[in-house]
Amino acid sequence: MTVASFSALAIVTAAVLYLMALVFHTLEWALARNVEATVTESVAADGKGGVALLDKPSAEHVPPRKADVYARMGFNLTILAAAVDLVGIVARGIAAHRAPWGNMYEFVTTAAVVVAALYFFGVWKWGLRWLGLPVTLLGAILNGLAATVFYVAVAPLVPALHSVWFMIHILAAIVSGAAFSIGGVAAILYLIQARAERKGTVKGYLARLPTADVIDRMGYRLLAFAFPLWTFTIAAGAIWAEYAWGRYWGWDPKETWSLVTWVIFAGYLHARATAGWKGRRAAMLAILGFAMFWWNFIGVNLVFAGLHSYAGI
Amino acid sequence: MAKRPDPRDVTGERLPVTSEVSPDAVHAEQVEELDEDGLTADDPGIAGSRARRPAAEVAPPGGFRGSLRFAWAVLTSMRTAIILLLLLAVAAIPGGILPQRPVNPFAVTQWLSNHTKLGPFFDKIGMFDVYHTPWFSSIYLLLFVSLVGCIVPRTAIYLRAARAPAATPPRTVSKMSGASAYSSSLSADEFLSQAQASMRKRRYRVRRVGDTVCAERGYARELGNLTFHVALLGVLVAIGYGSLLGHSGTAIVVEGQGFSNTLTQYDDITAGAAFNGQLDPFTVKLDAFHVKYETGPVQTGAAREFKADVTVTDPSGTRTDSIEVNKPLTIGSTKVHLVGHGYAAVVTVRDGNGNVAYSGPVVFQPLDSNLKSAGAINVPDARPQRIGLEGYFLPTASVGHSGPVSLFPEALKPQLFLTAWSGPPKAESGVPSSVFALDKTGMTQLTQDGDLLRMQLSPGDSFVLPNGLGLVTFDGWQRWVKLQVSSTPGMGAILAFVLLAVAGMAVSLSIKPRRAWLMVDGDQVWTAGTDRVDGRSGVGEDIAATAAELGLERPPPNP
Ligand code: HEM
Repeated sequence: MTVASFSALAIVTAAVLYLMALVFHTLEWALARNVEATVTESVAADGKGGVALLDKPSAEHVPPRKADVYARMGFNLTILAAAVDLVGIVARGIAAHRAPWGNMYEFVTTAAVVVAALYFFGVWKWGLRWLGLPVTLLGAILNGLAATVFYVAVAPLVPALHSVWFMIHILAAIVSGAAFSIGGVAAILYLIQARAERKGTVKGYLARLPTADVIDRMGYRLLAFAFPLWTFTIAAGAIWAEYAWGRYWGWDPKETWSLVTWVIFAGYLHARATAGWKGRRAAMLAILGFAMFWWNFIGVNLVFAGLHSYAGI
Repeated sequence: MAKRPDPRDVTGERLPVTSEVSPDAVHAEQVEELDEDGLTADDPGIAGSRARRPAAEVAPPGGFRGSLRFAWAVLTSMRTAIILLLLLAVAAIPGGILPQRPVNPFAVTQWLSNHTKLGPFFDKIGMFDVYHTPWFSSIYLLLFVSLVGCIVPRTAIYLRAARAPAATPPRTVSKMSGASAYSSSLSADEFLSQAQASMRKRRYRVRRVGDTVCAERGYARELGNLTFHVALLGVLVAIGYGSLLGHSGTAIVVEGQGFSNTLTQYDDITAGAAFNGQLDPFTVKLDAFHVKYETGPVQTGAAREFKADVTVTDPSGTRTDSIEVNKPLTIGSTKVHLVGHGYAAVVTVRDGNGNVAYSGPVVFQPLDSNLKSAGAINVPDARPQRIGLEGYFLPTASVGHSGPVSLFPEALKPQLFLTAWSGPPKAESGVPSSVFALDKTGMTQLTQDGDLLRMQLSPGDSFVLPNGLGLVTFDGWQRWVKLQVSSTPGMGAILAFVLLAVAGMAVSLSIKPRRAWLMVDGDQVWTAGTDRVDGRSGVGEDIAATAAELGLERPPPNP
């Protein structure tokens, strides 16, 4: 087996593993369906003087045993999936004799690993285990798309991509995209949870989630990390474009949609600090920005023929 | 929860304020102070995210000045900023969908001919040059006016706040929500001085007010935020400066030929309104152009290397250098980029009198990724009849169902496919090489054996034109490159401002302002803290650590 085909096999295996992890997390959600909330908020202290807040779901969200077992299996499988994915990407780099970020197949598989890595970091630091289902869903979709739609054989890069700025640009884009994704997913969960809290129907899986406030804050944390990085991504892209094409900004579709994504997240950050916009509307902007990012990453390449689409699918 | 903000805040005075409201607040945001549910927002907010103004100042007052002030207050409010940002996003979208004239004029023409109903309307409202329309410009200009209106007062307030000592507690510490009680074996003075030292060690700004230690940190957040917004203005100004004074043009240069940086040598040029026409004096001679293509099974035909070997002559002398796709040439303030390449067919045309009427390379324009290229050869000086030739250059020629195609971008089997035209001589004489199409007025297409005349030439081949019109020889081929020659003053400033903006933003988004108070009350000690951003700042942990350090003990819970 060549290194290239070993890499391809690892990526497909990772996709299957993400999918299996997804199944376990789905079982976890399904089993938690009938649980009543016992929430008296981990976060009672919030707002009022706002001293320490518990970021981790409190012990009061007593989940049924079985759901916990599935959650753990899902988590362990996610670790395995990410590890196999990483091996596949490294092998790809070895096979191609270059950094493995030259086409959509490579971006997307790397993005899945970074999503997983950010999730592990969040689990370790802030107890983000409740993101298991959406994260494995992202991993399964990204690697699934990579293996089926975006696959291309290993090849060297065209001259325009021979640039350190390109590599920096792509890596920054992947990392900010991963953080945007988890932040966007958190914003979706926030909307669901906030609605349930308003209606007083926090039960089932929602009882396993932290309060809307905590979800919102976690999402913010990721987006506040991603946004400066995304700004830098665009700047690095502009520097690269100046070297490669002799202009730092040319309103190429890719550039335009990057700017639109940027402006939406700037709107999100402002919305979060403005009465009447914080909460629901801010979350909707975060979700819009998240959608915009992936549209730009995938949709624009497939739909429009700009200077950026020559990286091969 | 809902507390009226203290109107005096807008002066930046640090008065004992309601706990969760940031005192160094800024914008004319009173209007927006009301939540959806009609409550006053009491979120700790972000330092300086909104101003507390007496309502009278913001409600539309009578009179012209009053309305102006009202308009200004609305324009510089956060809500307007959000709406303008979203409008900007929406306004930018058409340019990300429809072809744009400055980027791809050809695609615009095509779109227009495919959409005869919608096209002219779209064209009229600027949909094919979105980023230069008045409506697009007015959105970003309004946004930046709003930004200035926002930055100036915030900067003034920040400068005052930055010098201010740590904030006093909004009321007695023991009464604050989230306050904790401890017992201490230290004397009041010992406690207060040790608490001060301990909080200072945790990088809090500290002061003592009576029997309370006030501690605060995270002042850099607002500084970072202001830096970011100011840098954003800087970016825009620097971009504007560059586009006013800069220029950019292109020129096609065939191997062995040169380009000298004077206006007449550009094929096309765009320059800013304030461009003074002064160009750095230099010449670039293209010695050779190297291209490599992928010959393996994956991505066959994709480019793998472009490299132009050049000889540069400028006031400092003559040197050899090279230009690659990611490696432009810099001469003074001018950059020379390699932006295109293609083939030139070297052709000699002898006229009916046997004289050489044209000889040299003719630039052909690439049409596809395998470099099927189109071109025309005007030979106005041919006698007795002038001659025009038109057709394709194919680096790796093959004749398929739909005519000649190129199978590979490298010149493996170069061929020239031409049709020919002739007509009576015209007075003026043109420059043949830079024209890709033939002006056929007054000319008729040549035929042979009742069919249109078609030549298929390999290098070295000659073709005898009918009726004694002359002889066409395909001598061989050369490569040409398209150079972009441009100067954009202020590019360094743009970069510096962008980096400053990123740095400011990173500071602003990662620093967490927080306040803590430790108060002696008889033999008890009270502590309280506030997080002043949305997000946890860890003030609780800081207080707990200090309490542990001072040997404070939690009293047994009250019965
Ligand atoms: C060109 C338009 C603008 C852009 C792109 C922009 C962008 C941003 C970004 C990215 C942030 C979050 C990063 C940070 O805190 O440093 C931010 C925060 C902020 N902006 Fe703007 N801004 C713009 C205009 C304005 C205007 C007109 C105002 C005044 C009304 C304003 C007031 C603020 C305030 C108060 C914050 C702090 C909110 C927080 O810390 O979360 N901005 N802005």
